[in-house]
Amino acid sequence: MDVLLLSRLQFALTIMFHYLFPPLTIGLGVLLVVMEGLYLRTGRIEYEAAAKFWTKIFALNFAMGVVTGIVMEFQFGTNWAAYSRYVGDVFGSALAAEGIFAFFLESGFLAVLVFGWDKVSHRMHFFSTVMVALGSIFSSVWITVANSWQQTPAGFHIVTNTVNGLPQVRVEVTDFWAVVFNPSTIHRLVHVWIGAFILGAFFVMSVTAWYILKRRHEAFAARSFTAALWVGAAASLAAVVSGHFQARNVYRHQPAKLAAFEGHFATGEGGAPLHPWGWPDEERGEVRGAVSVPGLLSFLLFEDFSRPVTGLDRFPRDEWPPVWLSFQSYHLMVALGMAFVVLTLYALFKLWRGSLFHSRRLMWVFVFAVIGPYLSNQAGWVAAEVGRQPWVVYGLLRTADALSPSVTAGQVLGSIIMFGLIYATLFGLWLYLLDRKIREGPALVAAGTGGPPEGFLSAAARRADHAGDSMTGVREES
Amino acid sequence: MDLSHETLCLIWFVLLVVLLTGYAILDGFDLGVGILHPLARDDRERRILMNSIGPLWDGNEVWLVTFGGAMFAAFPNAYATIFSGFYTAFMALLFALIFRAISMEFRSKWTSPAWRRTWDACFFVGSTLATLLFGVAVGNAMIGIPVGADMEFKGSLTDLLGPYPLLTGLFAVAMFAMHGAIYLHLKTEGALQERVRGWMWHSFGLFLVLYMLTTIYTLAKVPRATANFEHHPWAWLIVLANVLAIANIPRSIYLDRPGQAFISSCLTIAAFTFLFSIALFPNLVTSNLGDGLDLTIYNAASSARTLGIMLIIAIIGMPFVLAYTAVIYWVFRGKVQIGEHSY
Repeated sequence: MDVLLLSRLQFALTIMFHYLFPPLTIGLGVLLVVMEGLYLRTGRIEYEAAAKFWTKIFALNFAMGVVTGIVMEFQFGTNWAAYSRYVGDVFGSALAAEGIFAFFLESGFLAVLVFGWDKVSHRMHFFSTVMVALGSIFSSVWITVANSWQQTPAGFHIVTNTVNGLPQVRVEVTDFWAVVFNPSTIHRLVHVWIGAFILGAFFVMSVTAWYILKRRHEAFAARSFTAALWVGAAASLAAVVSGHFQARNVYRHQPAKLAAFEGHFATGEGGAPLHPWGWPDEERGEVRGAVSVPGLLSFLLFEDFSRPVTGLDRFPRDEWPPVWLSFQSYHLMVALGMAFVVLTLYALFKLWRGSLFHSRRLMWVFVFAVIGPYLSNQAGWVAAEVGRQPWVVYGLLRTADALSPSVTAGQVLGSIIMFGLIYATLFGLWLYLLDRKIREGPALVAAGTGGPPEGFLSAAARRADHAGDSMTGVREES
Repeated sequence: MDLSHETLCLIWFVLLVVLLTGYAILDGFDLGVGILHPLARDDRERRILMNSIGPLWDGNEVWLVTFGGAMFAAFPNAYATIFSGFYTAFMALLFALIFRAISMEFRSKWTSPAWRRTWDACFFVGSTLATLLFGVAVGNAMIGIPVGADMEFKGSLTDLLGPYPLLTGLFAVAMFAMHGAIYLHLKTEGALQERVRGWMWHSFGLFLVLYMLTTIYTLAKVPRATANFEHHPWAWLIVLANVLAIANIPRSIYLDRPGQAFISSCLTIAAFTFLFSIALFPNLVTSNLGDGLDLTIYNAASSARTLGIMLIIAIIGMPFVLAYTAVIYWVFRGKVQIGEHSY
């Protein structure tokens, strides 16, 4: 296998594994602020228990994000040296800003969040929680700026310098704010955040639905589930709206990418159809087995059923993204997004009817539904990144020209094997520890019945005796 | 900002040195604790050692991440050459840092002795390997690496493992072990602290031996290490400060002034990174394939505009960073207590 394919595989492996964690960090971060804010205002013990419980899950998730994130930052230099030289002037600044503005904030205050319950005042702890949540949002801003610049470069010019007697072509910043607010930044940032909130909401619903099914911490679970359901429904609806405008923006700035998303090969004369599903065939230039809704793609893009949409036929063959993968990942994301809307609205209807928590089948659906947002977040990024190919910086630098000249296929293969083994181990450990923390649950005993604080304290003492128990040995409390 | 490109390059070189110094001092002691970890006798001691750095290591590592990001932004040519040229070394470093991090995260989640022994081993190996690699990198930067006119690395992994880089690697391990021991003396009490005193003396002795060997080797075999001192005689003041700081370490241990010992150890590390930077200046990557192939802070740099924007970012951001760091270290001051939220 060649260095290009291996390096792309390695990047895909490491970024997809990394992106299991940041969206939940962002989603749960906001939730922690709310929980702890409520605790600070009301002083109620169940909010404290809830905040402490979600902090543990948050911290585990955060640690995984940090560990896998360092790999990403090094990888631009290790595997994509030509890219780093070409874009460093623009892209590097965004990464450095992320380090200075976000990473220090997050990692510093995370320590207070996790280890500081008994060391600082409640207010200081709450302040730290806000700072960590803010840090994770800053982080998403800068990294999305950097990636959006790769999609829709702006605010730069191309310069040829002479270094040690040889010419070097690279991009340099002309307008910093044009780099930051390049044409796709805002659309994509909003969509990334919405994706994170959907995941956060479904994650909370998954855990609490399981408690409801197991009749544990029921009051806590029902309250958390309801709040998360409202957030999830609102975010799912917002995703549809944001996705719609983003698709239009993609068409405006990266028409080949949108054509690949939609499997739109031939521009044609009249309106373009929409294929809700199908199997694009690049060789034959058609979508096999598709149901086509005539004119709908044109309508979604222009509010006009008969206006033609630029198809892949308007681009040289060597500027096509891989159509099948772009199409399927994009369609998977959209289909899941629609499913989230249906599911959350149905659950809200059941809530209104008062039968939500009695429907065991629906609760089981929610226990597993969290896989959906994980998949849709991943699929969305696969569509975004594969759809940009063959460019690493759209229209400027091809991925094939971005590699490290001094790195061999053997080296990359070795590191892929290493990351594969490490990540498989990490993934197993993460699932195991997550499962254990969820089984342990929040340390509240009588929240459901409004019992006296003594109950809580004695329960906490009892818990301490069993702190070393394995997952099956954890005591049921209610 | 109306600074010339050359001035901005120089400012960013200084800022990188500051980030590197911050990283070496801060992560230095927590890597050192990892190197000393096998010396703990029982599970409680091992937990105390890990928890002495528990809330701090993550923030310390951010200095490295920011150093990498700042190098990418300010000197992309050097970033690209170093990171791709040292490919296998960087992968080994990532391996070490990942295992070190997760060993702390996972170790105390289960009481099984086999489980804990496994993560203890990972913690030690990860900390030691990472430190060794940093030292090897410093040694290679001093003697130069094979880099061609196209700015690309032309050698292989074995070119990076010469005797001098290995010596500087061992020197780094001894220095961080000493720094970690002095830190642990501040964070422990009772019988454990008594034994940590012994670790301080032993690691200091090892450090002193390797310091002398490295100094002799450097003066004898690395001519460019001292070339800059002829043009900038003030740099000898840093050498003097370095020697005084080192001499004050055994003095303050003997007089039982652990705080002063720790400050001396921090100053020693700072002096070393400054000396290292002065020796390199103005090179970031020195090529041993011929003259005129070096990557300097001028030909590896980003444009004046970018360096200026980044300077504004740094001026806004760094006071906050220093403030958070101070707050966090203040919150977690004092002796280690094992509690409900500990590792």
